[in-house]
Amino acid sequence: MKIAVLRFPGSNADWDALHAARDVLGADAAYVFHKDTHLDGADAVIVPGGYAYGDYLRPGAIARFSPIVPALVAFAEAGGPVLGICNGFQILTELGVLPGALTRNAHLRFECRDIHVRVEARGPFTDVARGTVLRLPVAHADGRYQCAAETLRELEARGQIALRYCGPQGEPAESDPWLDPNGSVGHIAGVYNRAGNVLGLMPHPERAAEAALGNDDGLTLFRSLRRHLGAAS
Amino acid sequence: MTQPFPGDRPVDAALAREFGLSEGEWAHAIDVLGRAPSYTEAGVLSVMWSEHCSYKSSRAHLGRLPTTGPQVVQGPGENAGAVDIGDGFCAVFKMESHNHPSYIEPYQGAATGVGGILRDVFTMGARPVASLNSLRFGRPDHPKTPHLLRGVVSGIGGYGNCIGVPTVGGELSFDPSYDGNILVNAFTVGVAKTDDLFFGRADGVGNPVIYVGARTGRDGIHGATMASAEFGAETESKLPTVQVGDPFMEKLLLEGCLEIFARGCLAGVQDMGAAGLTSSSVEMADRSGNGLELDLDAIPRRARALTPYEMLLSESQERMLMVAKAGREHEVFEVCERWDLDAAIVGRVTDSGRFVCKATPGYDPLAAAPGPRAPVVVVDLPVALLTKEAPKYERPERAATAAHGRTPARDVSGSPVVRAGSAPSGDPTTGLSAALVGMVGSPNLGSRRWVWRQFDHIVQVGTVIRPGDSDAAVIRVFCEEPGAGPAATKVKHLALSVDCNGRHVQLDPYVGAAMAVAECTRNVACAGARPLALTDCLNFGSPEIPETMWRLARAIDGLGAACRALDTPVVSGNVSLYNETDGRPILPTPTVAVVGQLARPDDRLYLAFATEGATIALLGAPGAGKLGGSEYYVQTHGEVGGEPQSLDLDAERALQDAVIALAQAGLLQSAHDVSDGGLAVCLAESCISGGRGARVTLPGLGVEATLAGQLFGEDPSRIVISFAADRREEVARVAKAHGVPLTVLGEVGGDALELRAAGTGEAPVVARVPVATLRDAHARALEPIVGAG
Repeated sequence: MKIAVLRFPGSNADWDALHAARDVLGADAAYVFHKDTHLDGADAVIVPGGYAYGDYLRPGAIARFSPIVPALVAFAEAGGPVLGICNGFQILTELGVLPGALTRNAHLRFECRDIHVRVEARGPFTDVARGTVLRLPVAHADGRYQCAAETLRELEARGQIALRYCGPQGEPAESDPWLDPNGSVGHIAGVYNRAGNVLGLMPHPERAAEAALGNDDGLTLFRSLRRHLGAAS
Repeated sequence: MTQPFPGDRPVDAALAREFGLSEGEWAHAIDVLGRAPSYTEAGVLSVMWSEHCSYKSSRAHLGRLPTTGPQVVQGPGENAGAVDIGDGFCAVFKMESHNHPSYIEPYQGAATGVGGILRDVFTMGARPVASLNSLRFGRPDHPKTPHLLRGVVSGIGGYGNCIGVPTVGGELSFDPSYDGNILVNAFTVGVAKTDDLFFGRADGVGNPVIYVGARTGRDGIHGATMASAEFGAETESKLPTVQVGDPFMEKLLLEGCLEIFARGCLAGVQDMGAAGLTSSSVEMADRSGNGLELDLDAIPRRARALTPYEMLLSESQERMLMVAKAGREHEVFEVCERWDLDAAIVGRVTDSGRFVCKATPGYDPLAAAPGPRAPVVVVDLPVALLTKEAPKYERPERAATAAHGRTPARDVSGSPVVRAGSAPSGDPTTGLSAALVGMVGSPNLGSRRWVWRQFDHIVQVGTVIRPGDSDAAVIRVFCEEPGAGPAATKVKHLALSVDCNGRHVQLDPYVGAAMAVAECTRNVACAGARPLALTDCLNFGSPEIPETMWRLARAIDGLGAACRALDTPVVSGNVSLYNETDGRPILPTPTVAVVGQLARPDDRLYLAFATEGATIALLGAPGAGKLGGSEYYVQTHGEVGGEPQSLDLDAERALQDAVIALAQAGLLQSAHDVSDGGLAVCLAESCISGGRGARVTLPGLGVEATLAGQLFGEDPSRIVISFAADRREEVARVAKAHGVPLTVLGEVGGDALELRAAGTGEAPVVARVPVATLRDAHARALEPIVGAG
C-alpha cells in the first residue's frame, strides 16, 4: 500500500500524516512536493493540514494553482482514495472536488482541543468506524462548514456526511454549544464527494493514532483505508 | 574614510541624544574614531550600544551565573543554548522578551516575538519542536487589559499555529505594575544532532556573505533602541518601530535553512533580529575575529529609495545572513529556489577587523532606471568598538525596601476573597470555603484554557502531556539520523516549564529569583523529568534607578545560587530593562524556563487525583504558613506585601530528587507542586483535574500560622502527591532515603474538597466545597476579562 502525502510549502501537519501512515499504520508512505507533477503510483493520497501558501487570502485559495494539483484531481476523478485533513479539506473544497466551503469559526478564534464525532457514512476511510463515536483533536481557525440548503439536502440524501460533531456518548451537538467547535451547518465535521472516494474532515485523525499520545481513535480511519485497499488489490 | 550620503542629517550632539547615546558614549566614539561618525555610523553605534544589544548595564553582573556542566553543549553567547539529550543529540533553546512592541501593537508584537525566538533556534541547525510563553498584564479591570490579552494571545497563535510549532504551555498573570508595560516572553526549544550545530560566525576570509529571506522594508527601524527606553506619554507614536510578521515566509526560511545546513556548504549563519543587518553582520564578524564588508546596493528590498541608514537599521522580519564556503554559493541558491526564497550575495568576509558598508548615492534597484553603480563608503567602524569594547556600566546600586517602586494599594473591599472572610466554614458560600472558591476562580489562579485553546499545542504529534494536565508540558521528540531511515530514529521525552512570581521578587529579589528557579525545576520534576538546564529573561525597570539595579544584581545572585544548587546551568537568555511607564517600574520579573528529560515516557506524572481511595500526602516540610507575597495577601490587602518567604536550596534539591525517584519507581498516581495560591489551591486543582473530591487534614504549622496562612501561604519546596494506599510504606521509604519529610494528609474520594484543621481525631471542618463548584469557578476565571464562550 503506497500512500502519497502532499507537501505544500506551508503544510505543517505533513509530518503528522507521514508518521501516522508510515510509522504507525506501516504503509509505504512518502512526501510528494507541491512542485512535482505526478503522484509516483500512489494507491492513496493525503492532503495534510497547515497553511499551504500562507493562506492570508483564504485557506486553500492559492493551493489550487499548485503544479501538483492536476495530478491530484485526476487521481480523485479516477476513484483513488483521497483524505484531506484540515487545510487539506479546505483545499479540496476550493478545488471543487468536495462540496461546500470552510469559513472562519463562529467565535472567530483559533480552536485547538478534543471534540467528538459520530461516524455516519460508508466509504474507504470510514467503513471500519461507521456507527461509532471518535474522540479527535481539532486545530483550526477556519473550520466552519457551510453549504447551500440544497447541497445540504443532497449530502444527507446521498449519505455523503461522513462525520458530525457530537457528545462523548453520541449526544447530538444541539444539546450543548461546546460540542461543535466552529458552528458548522448541520454540525458537519467531514464530507465525502459524490463518488465516495474523497473524504475531507476538519479534525485530525493522524494526531490521535497512537496510545503514546493517549488516544488512538483516529487510527480507525487509516485501518479502514488499509482494508479498502487490501480488498481492492 | 566615509563619505556623506544624500539625505544624511547633520551629525551632532543633539542627534546622538535623539539616538539614545549618552554624552559620554558620543565623546568616546569620536575619541576612538578620531573623527565624528557619519550619520549612518551614528545609527549603527546607537543600536549596537543600546541596552538591548550590548547588555551594557547587566553584563557586569551576568558573569556570576553558572553556565557550565557536563550536560552543556553550548552556553550563552550564541543564538541559543544547547544541552545534551543523549545519542549525539541536543536540545537547543532560548527565551526572549518582546515586551515593548507587544504593548504598542499586541498582535504583531507578540507574533514577531515568536518569530524571532524560532529563528534563534533554527539558526543553530535545530528543528523547533515546542514553544512556551510567559505573559504579564496589568490589573484585570484595566481598560486596556482585554485588548492587550486578546491581541497577544492571538498573535502568538497566529504565528506559531501557522509555522507549525506547537505552543505547549506557559504562564499568565495579572498585576497593576504591568498596567503600562506588559511582558511577553517567548521560549522555543528545538532538537539537533550535536555534531551538526551551526554557529553565528563569519569564518574564512573571502567567503561570500549571503542574504536569504524576506526583502528589507522600513519596518522596525530603531526597534532595539525603543526596547531600551522607558515608556512615556508619546508611546503610541512609536508604532512604526514595531515589525510585522509573516509566518509563511518564516516557514519557507525554516525549511530552506535546514536543507541548506544539511548540505554542509555554510561557514556560519545568523538571523537578523534586533538591529537587523547590522547586529547579525557585526556579531558574526566579532565571534570569528574577522571583518565584514557589505555592498548595500545588493540588499533585496521591498521599499523604494532606501537609504543605507534604513537598510542597516531595519528590523524587517524573516531574514537570515549566511556565510557560505567560497565556491559553494550555488548550493545555497539552489535550495532557495526550491523554497521560493530571495537570496543575494551582499558582501564578503575580510581580515580587516572592521565593519565596512558601501552604497551608491541615488541607486535604487527598484527604480525603472536604477542608475549607474558607484558605491562610496558609508560605514567604516572597528568591529570591536561595536561589541567587546562597547560601553559597559557598573551602575550604582542602593538596597531597596519591599515598598520601593511598589504600586499603591488598591481598595479590595469588593474582592470575593475579602467578602468571604477567613473563618472556617463548611458552607461553600461563606468563610474560608467561599474564599477558596474566590481564589480558584481569580484571574491569576484560574484555568488558562481560553488561552491554550487558541494555540495549536498538538502539531508535530509530539505532545504527550497537554497544557494544564501536569506541572510541565511533556513532549516526545523524534531524533532522526540523517539518511538512516525511520527505523534508526530515536524518540526522547522532554519536560518544559516557564516560571516567575514577581511578587516574591519584589519582597526579596534574591529569594524571589531563587524561588523562580526552584519552582520551575520543581514543575519539571513533578512531571517525572530530571531538569537539565535553564534559560532566563530578566525583565526589570530602569537600570539608572539604583534600587532597580540593586534588585537586578540581587536577583542574578539568587538565580545563580539556585542554578548551582539544582544543577541547572544557564545556557542562554536575555535582559529586558526600562520596563516602566512614567517612572513606575514593573514588578522585578526574572522569568526562567527549564528543559528537563524523562528517563522513560512511563515516568511521566499528571496532577489529577486519579482513583478513589488513593492516599494524599505532602512531600517536603509543611512550611511556616507565611502569606508574604501571596495571591491571598494581594487580594486581601490590595498590594504586594508581607514577610518574604525563605528557601532552603538543599531541601529543594532533595525534594526534587525524591519526586523523580518516586516517579521512576512507578509509585505515584499524581504530583502537583504547591505554588501560587498555596496548599488549598493546589489540592483544588488536583480535584478539578481528576473530577474527584478529597478529604484532607491540614498539616500542623505551629501556633503563629493562621488558618488562611495554612490554606493559602506560598512557602516553597512542597509537593502534593497521591498514591495507592498499599504503596504507602514504599513511598515513605523513598522519601526517607532522600531525607524529605512526608506527611499523609488524607485520601481521594467523594465529590467535594474537604479540609480539616490540624489535630487528632475528628478535627473541625475548615472548608468544604463541591468539586463542581470549584471546577466552574476555575473554568470561568478569565470571563470577566475576555467574556464567555
